[in-house]
Amino acid sequence: MSKLKNYISAAAAGVMSLALALPAAAAPTKFDFWFGLSGDLERVVQTMCKNFNESQKDYEVVCTSQGNYDATLQNTIAAFRAGKQPAVVQVYDAGTATMMLSGSYYPAGKLMSENGYKIDWNDYFPGIARYYATSKGELLSFPFNSSTALLYWNKDAFAKIGKTEAPKTWEEAADDMKALKGAGYECPMAINISGNESWQLMEQFSAIHNQPIATKNNGYDGLDARLEVNKTKFVKYVTDLKSWYDQGLIKIKSKDLGQDMVQAFASGDCQMIMTSVGDHGSITKTQKAGMNWDVAELPVYAGTERKNSLVGGASLWVLSGKSADEYKGAAAFLNFIHDPKTALFWSTNTGYIPVTNSGFEFMKSSGFYSKAPYKGREVAIASLTASEPTPITRGIRLGNFTQIRAEFGNQMQAIFANKVGVQEGIDNLVKNGDAVLERFEATYKGKQLP
Amino acid sequence: MEKRITFNKWSVGILFAVPQLLLIFTFFYWPAGQAIFWSLTLQQPWGGGNIWVGLDNFKAILASSDYWNSVTISIIFAGISTGISMVVAVILAALTDRQLRGSKFYSVVLIWPYGVAAPASAMAFRFILAPEAGFMSVVNHYWPGFWDPGLDGTAAMASIIAAFSWKYIAYSFIFFLAAFQAIPRSQIEAAAMDGAGVLRRFWDIQFPLITPTIFFLLVINITESFQDSYGIVDIMTSGGPHNSTNLMVYKIIFDGFKGLDYSGAAAQSIVLMLLIIVLTIFQFRFIERRVHYR
Repeated sequence: MSKLKNYISAAAAGVMSLALALPAAAAPTKFDFWFGLSGDLERVVQTMCKNFNESQKDYEVVCTSQGNYDATLQNTIAAFRAGKQPAVVQVYDAGTATMMLSGSYYPAGKLMSENGYKIDWNDYFPGIARYYATSKGELLSFPFNSSTALLYWNKDAFAKIGKTEAPKTWEEAADDMKALKGAGYECPMAINISGNESWQLMEQFSAIHNQPIATKNNGYDGLDARLEVNKTKFVKYVTDLKSWYDQGLIKIKSKDLGQDMVQAFASGDCQMIMTSVGDHGSITKTQKAGMNWDVAELPVYAGTERKNSLVGGASLWVLSGKSADEYKGAAAFLNFIHDPKTALFWSTNTGYIPVTNSGFEFMKSSGFYSKAPYKGREVAIASLTASEPTPITRGIRLGNFTQIRAEFGNQMQAIFANKVGVQEGIDNLVKNGDAVLERFEATYKGKQLP
Repeated sequence: MEKRITFNKWSVGILFAVPQLLLIFTFFYWPAGQAIFWSLTLQQPWGGGNIWVGLDNFKAILASSDYWNSVTISIIFAGISTGISMVVAVILAALTDRQLRGSKFYSVVLIWPYGVAAPASAMAFRFILAPEAGFMSVVNHYWPGFWDPGLDGTAAMASIIAAFSWKYIAYSFIFFLAAFQAIPRSQIEAAAMDGAGVLRRFWDIQFPLITPTIFFLLVINITESFQDSYGIVDIMTSGGPHNSTNLMVYKIIFDGFKGLDYSGAAAQSIVLMLLIIVLTIFQFRFIERRVHYR
């Protein structure tokens, strides 16, 4: 009896696998794309994948969100070690150095030319491309979702102190904060000081002031780069931030405390914040009804010649060890994403900016930047293209940078809690950050950054 | 006459043990061996190669003041949260065991928290303890600046202890209640007839009889507070402010999986394993002597 059962189930399994195998013969080549966006942004990516799959019949991309950037990198590494890696993966800005040394990628340029696609690499905004390019300027991955930091300011509050423009310098910003406080505003500016804010407080600040974060041109020229933020204008900046905090001009807002800075700005509780242009959309959606606000470039200290700000976000890497067919599919997919029409779709549905000149021009010509909810986002492009990137404002090429960002958070918290002085805290940041860099260098002994 | 079946060949015995041994080997010895190997090398995260460095990883972490801070606060965390969980649980269990009105209901309700996943309870506690929006905002209103887990390390530590204990009170409660219920009613009733009050009966009869459970829970609670705190720290404080809640297990996961320093994390996990082994041996050696099993 049980034997009969076995035969039946074996036969059933056979029929089923046959049924599955038959249409598969004519089915498109499947390949995987892993990404780290979630929530609203995940839906936009999935729609983009659907559009790609419907636009042609030869390939099918299977898009899977891994929740966040960290998890995407972790899961990809685990999958790579097991030989089950996706063809395309989204890796965040801070993971670029790790990727370049991994020896596990298929260079973007090679992929596209081998598969017959012509990509004009000079079309990418230099401020974006150089962040992900090698020190020689070759792009190994495709810049994808990109943003930069902006100053968000509440026009209504500024009107109360008789101003119609955002502060351009930090000296002006300090006066404005005092005036706002005098006009009865409890929280003239909100910041947060966790590892995440290393991006706007340390990295963007250093770039627009043309100050190095690390030696060897921020690490582009070698793995023996070491931090040097304890000797730059960054020290003065932190000193000022701390003194404004002590005077009650700046408040710390974080999710752990009940309200993060974006919420604090959108609700009208705080009058200025520095955050990604990617938050433009969510502030529009969640703002207090009738509140007037705008975005501006981050302030600089008086007398500074402003340089380009840094791009934030992620790029798309193609991984090694996949079949030629999968690479064909990946190339077609990346070509689809590169298209200006996709750029318009992507930027409309997210707060991210276009990464190519042609994408930007296409969006301008379609009237995107003059439409109400999107107006102002062109400031991000202006900030990114404020100057030709200098050797220092190309980006940051440091190993295990996530740990250095975490260390930034630790030391800023210690400084703001009066555990250590400003200089001492930043010295600690350099000391502990250098230990991370030394370990990274030792791990990749004898290897060179491309 | 009693009939005994004996297996002379030890191979038969081994054969019976094989499935279990395989499981233990696959899920414990093999990964632990791997971790020891990694801790003695520098591993490239993508698997491109590794360099033998001997004990350098251990020297590096033992020379780091941040690491010793992490060890110290982990021990403080384990001590306080184990203390709170067990004391509160034994009181709640003793009260529930008295068969007061509604004790059936309480015994169910008090077990629930253990079923809640750590990140979920951490999320709830984050709301409750938020200084600007939650329950603590009321305290801050009357006592400005009293509660600020964003910058005050002690407040942040108190938050994660509260969230962790809340869960482990429920866990300990289950065992304590079972232990109390295993004590024969007649003994307690006899003591009551002799005129012993509730507290006297507790100290002289119930407490000595539940010492095996207390010992068991002590070992488990301390072990778990070293190992099971990641979810709570991750959601509530991310190890901050300024490392004051950067517990050993959080640091391992952060350094290893977010910082991609696999070797450093492996070395840290070996140290954590040794610490737990030493603590457990200590407990068996010195505390178990005072336990009455029958």
